[in-house]
Amino acid sequence: MSQPESLSLTDLLKAGAGVGRAIGMMGASLALDDFSNATSLGGYFDALEGRSIVLMAGDQLKTAAALIELDGWARRIVLCPPDLESKHWGAVIRDAEADAIVYGGDDPPPQGVDVAILAPCVLPLQPRAASTVRRFATEWVLLTSGTTGDPKMVVHTLATLTGAITRSAPQALVQNWATFYDIRRYGGLQIFLRAIAGRGSLTLRNAGETVDDFLIRAGVAGVTHISGTPSHWRLVLMNAAARRMDPEYVRLSGEIADSSVLNALAALYPRARVAHAFASTEAGVGFEVEDGQAGFPAAYLGERDNGAALKVVDGSLAIRSGRTALRYLGQSAPILRDAESFVDTGDMIELRGDRGYFVGRRGGIINVGGAKVNPEEVEAVINMHAGVHASLVKARRNPITGALVAADVVLNEGVIEAPGLKDEIIAACARQLAPYKVPALVRFVPTLAVTPSGKLARNG
Amino acid sequence: MTTRSIIISQIQQVAAEQKKTLAPLTDDLSLLDSGLDSLCFAILVARLEDAIGVDPFTASAEVKFPNTIGELIAFYEHVAA
Repeated sequence: MSQPESLSLTDLLKAGAGVGRAIGMMGASLALDDFSNATSLGGYFDALEGRSIVLMAGDQLKTAAALIELDGWARRIVLCPPDLESKHWGAVIRDAEADAIVYGGDDPPPQGVDVAILAPCVLPLQPRAASTVRRFATEWVLLTSGTTGDPKMVVHTLATLTGAITRSAPQALVQNWATFYDIRRYGGLQIFLRAIAGRGSLTLRNAGETVDDFLIRAGVAGVTHISGTPSHWRLVLMNAAARRMDPEYVRLSGEIADSSVLNALAALYPRARVAHAFASTEAGVGFEVEDGQAGFPAAYLGERDNGAALKVVDGSLAIRSGRTALRYLGQSAPILRDAESFVDTGDMIELRGDRGYFVGRRGGIINVGGAKVNPEEVEAVINMHAGVHASLVKARRNPITGALVAADVVLNEGVIEAPGLKDEIIAACARQLAPYKVPALVRFVPTLAVTPSGKLARNG
Repeated sequence: MTTRSIIISQIQQVAAEQKKTLAPLTDDLSLLDSGLDSLCFAILVARLEDAIGVDPFTASAEVKFPNTIGELIAFYEHVAA
């Protein structure tokens, strides 16, 4: 079947053993040194060897335990996001050719599923005698939600997932990670793997936990490295509890990081490196930018000695690297990599001077009478206004031009909706943007909807 | 405010924002000669929909687009009535 992997997750863990590492959540934690002689899968562990397993473990801690145990042991692990609806289970099981499901031991077993094994994942870990040899190069399958229909199933391996992670030298300082992301999606999984490779602990956010409570826990846990989307970070910036932690490294990904959020974070955490990363489930980690500025050096485009390459095709970024996913699963699955192994990200790039800027998704473009507007470009200008906390730019249908640019704006706390404020924001946009890009309508709203993955909800 | 006065003030505001010079807004002034371009009209229609609550360009089944300022005002008055 598969060649033995050089390293499994268990091997990575062993390298950092003996310092009391843990994954912490509100009211629960998972000790990482215990896996050598304990299991969350009870008597089912042995029977899961070589299986294709759908992992719906109920919460992040159980998911972490099952991933650690099953990497190198299972043939394939399908990591279900927390909001996967049961109507998609059938397609996921079919396309993954799954013969086992690992579910949360506190939940009832899933009903109406056709697999050989239904294994509950239970914490705390229970003692297990035998040591095991892990001999599979396990496929890790992540799900991405399409706009309609069943989720797309994206195949990675531990090698592609950890390709951007520099394994810390034994003498290096311990990285204690935290993330706003859920580890059952690509962004959070990256942080889970970074924490394991970084030989420190990991602090995760409970579903529904307030930003205050999470920041306070991160401070208590001595978090040194923390990641989230720009939308997460805007919440942090308006939160007094932000100063309860003092990170060395602040990472933004998943959305376009504009200069206002980067500058504000640099001011809030003066000793931190503030980095923004481009990554997606399909394209993997593309690159990281650490110079504190929005966009990325145009020199990143082009070929690398190791065969990796970035290029812009019809305005959209395409990536070839050892970190991209391998393929989609499923009979009618689209092609993930083209003939030259490039993955098209659908993220639109604009080159200005010696820098490339993300200007939005290919699909998210607003067409104003034939002129194209990227919502994120307009948002970046609105967000520069001193009174503005965040904004969402969207299309509004229009009988004259087909669509117009409209903006929902959240003001900073304490900023009054003065009569001239809308005009001020519009005037600021008019100074920096072509007339058709200037929001025709500005509306003040108390909050903006954020998707389960922490990005601004752009549809509906 | 009357529908007429709302429309006139919105035209003036859009023109100011878009840095357009308006001709004197008489009822028989052709819209094409008013100084507003299509983007201005698009913005005007969206703003009027928020201010008056209707978009007669979309709401009415048989749209005969107004040609003059007077027809534009009547267009809105007719739907708003």
